Amino acid sequence: MRRLCTAMIAVALIATFFPASVLGQEPAKLSFWSWRTEDKWVYDRMIRLFQQRNPGIKIEFIPFRAPEYNTILSTGLTAGRGPDIIHLRAYGGLETFAAPGFIAPLDFAQVPELKRFPLQTIAGARSRKDGRIYGVPFATQTLVIFYNKKIFAQHNLAVPKTWEQFITVMRTLKEKGVVPLANGGKEGWTLEVLSGVIAPNFYGGTTFFEAVTRGQTTFRESAYTSALAKMLELRPYMPTGFMGVDYATMQQMFINEQAAMFIGGSWEIGFFKAQNKNLDFGVFPGPTERADQIPWVSTYADGNYGINAKTANMEAALKFIRFTATLEFGQMFTDLLAQMSAVPGVVVKNPQLQQVQAMNRKATPYIMLVGFRWQAPTGSTLLQSALQGMMAGTMTPAQVGEEVTRGLSSWVDAFRGR
Amino acid sequence: MTLSADGSRAGRSPRRGLSMRAGRRLWLAIFLAPAVVLFAAFVTYPILSALAYSLYSWEGIGRRGFAGLGNFIRLFTTFPYPRLLANAFGNNVIVFILTMLVQNLTGLGLALILARNPWGARAYRAIFFLPVTLSLVIVGFLWALFLNPVFGVVNKTMGIMGLGALARPWLGEPGIALITLTLINAWRWLGFPTIVFLAGINAVPEDYLEAARLDGASEWDVTRRIIFPLLAPAVTIIVILTFIGSFNWFELPYVVQGVSGAPNRATDVLGLLFYRTAFGEVDTGLQDIGVGSAIAVLMFIMLVTVSTVGAVFLRRREVEMG
Repeated sequence: MRRLCTAMIAVALIATFFPASVLGQEPAKLSFWSWRTEDKWVYDRMIRLFQQRNPGIKIEFIPFRAPEYNTILSTGLTAGRGPDIIHLRAYGGLETFAAPGFIAPLDFAQVPELKRFPLQTIAGARSRKDGRIYGVPFATQTLVIFYNKKIFAQHNLAVPKTWEQFITVMRTLKEKGVVPLANGGKEGWTLEVLSGVIAPNFYGGTTFFEAVTRGQTTFRESAYTSALAKMLELRPYMPTGFMGVDYATMQQMFINEQAAMFIGGSWEIGFFKAQNKNLDFGVFPGPTERADQIPWVSTYADGNYGINAKTANMEAALKFIRFTATLEFGQMFTDLLAQMSAVPGVVVKNPQLQQVQAMNRKATPYIMLVGFRWQAPTGSTLLQSALQGMMAGTMTPAQVGEEVTRGLSSWVDAFRGR
Repeated sequence: MTLSADGSRAGRSPRRGLSMRAGRRLWLAIFLAPAVVLFAAFVTYPILSALAYSLYSWEGIGRRGFAGLGNFIRLFTTFPYPRLLANAFGNNVIVFILTMLVQNLTGLGLALILARNPWGARAYRAIFFLPVTLSLVIVGFLWALFLNPVFGVVNKTMGIMGLGALARPWLGEPGIALITLTLINAWRWLGFPTIVFLAGINAVPEDYLEAARLDGASEWDVTRRIIFPLLAPAVTIIVILTFIGSFNWFELPYVVQGVSGAPNRATDVLGLLFYRTAFGEVDTGLQDIGVGSAIAVLMFIMLVTVSTVGAVFLRRREVEMG
């Protein structure tokens, strides 16, 4: 009797603890940090799908406010904590975490899916220090001009191709009492985006990019500064007091059909749609000098999913990272967020995004982000501030070129003494 | 008070006196300990670690070898750091002077008026103090909305009043953005110097004022020769707090203009420059923790030195009552 009792207790005990400990069914719990607070619902959905297929892994998506994300992530990683899976920026924004060894390098053996990614996109995941890949790229962005189809139709306007047509369209709109452009200058990065749309067709796109990144020329070159000067011609068509117009106001003006055009990036498509379902808008690239030219569009890899080098769950994290590189993940990403997934082979259904995809055939790297955001002070930091001076009328385009070149020469050797 | 306590103890045996003193010290230590621990953990330790960080070289967010004064040299010699530093420091000075002139002088004037107990004085006191109780984030957000050139109520009102030509992008024009920010700050803080000055004025014994008036002094003489000298301790506090507040200024410019000191560094102050350099500019700048820490160390040294010297200097000018 006593033996039976003991046996029963033993069985009960084993039954209680066996499944979890012996079969290893206690799920590996992984945290996934991000700055994409607004995309949480999409990530939660994709994580649910992943967890159904991998019952042994639990992932929690934890987004932080974008302006604080870098600070929080740096503090977490340097304190030896931090998440298992990390939403990372691209290029220099990735390097700042990868070079000191906080991110696990990936290779084709671990993530064979990466072999299919185009080199241009992979460049945003590569560290310049050792040339290794530190993440799976998640999206590419293209800088474009959005226009309100209804307003254009009301005033019998066609989509402009050349700079001259573009100015004429804006003049007509202004005469009719419509604000032609929603863009403002209160936030410097929106001016950098503006330059990324307007300037490449005047500085010569990738030819200039190659020359300036190889150190054969600098941003003092007149091709570049005269391309920036084109931006000044837009000022009469921007909202009254545009230097005080911030990004949120720009978006509201375009969404509420108070402005006919918005110069920005492909990431806006999903947001515009979500905010105003009736907004009928199209996309066109930055205008060219002559009608026979095919326009350049600035593009870049938006960011990457990486793994904390110190994660206790490397195997599980790798499984998830591989999942993010699959066509299935990429397709969901594009369908749900209306953004261009970095995964090759994704079929785009959104009409505006299809237009963007077509423009990407003549893409040029978004100059400062791809080429000059590798050390502080970054080309973007210098350019954004100087462009505010230029648009406010306190600096000339030549001074902008001078300031950017001089600031970059502290770490771009080729610019020194030039 | 200490004197009389010591005096009453004089007759007791020295041994007992000592043990009492020791006991008193023990109690002091016990009561001070929590504050000391908190201060050490949240003030002293970060300052010392910033000092340590400023002496190392950095690769992204990873600390590398000892760099000596390398970061300080970089801060003072490598473009654009020296210009950014001088620009931010200059802006802090402007903020200090403007705040002293606008906020504190207005506060003093209001305190002098309120001290005479005009009709509704209590209500006004509450109204002037109300913005101080509002969160700075809310103040910044609301004013940014009011001053928005497209949707904002300020430019719209000006338009209705026929002053449309004077409407400006108040927060976007390099020449006026800093002044606008300082005025928002003054609007928020005005109640504070007012209340401090009012308390100082109310603390002046009524006999002094009556005696002076009986001797035929005019109201202006009373204010100038009696109230102002006796107000010196309040002035000391307000000047030093304004100094620290102006040179530590961060929250309002951060909330209203973001971390870049837009437009074109017109509202850049040392606090923003430090934060931006150390932690990077949202997603377009990279972290330079070494130089960032060097800025923090410089700010700390300057604040401590000037506050101490200023306090000693201002204290000397104070007049004791009684």
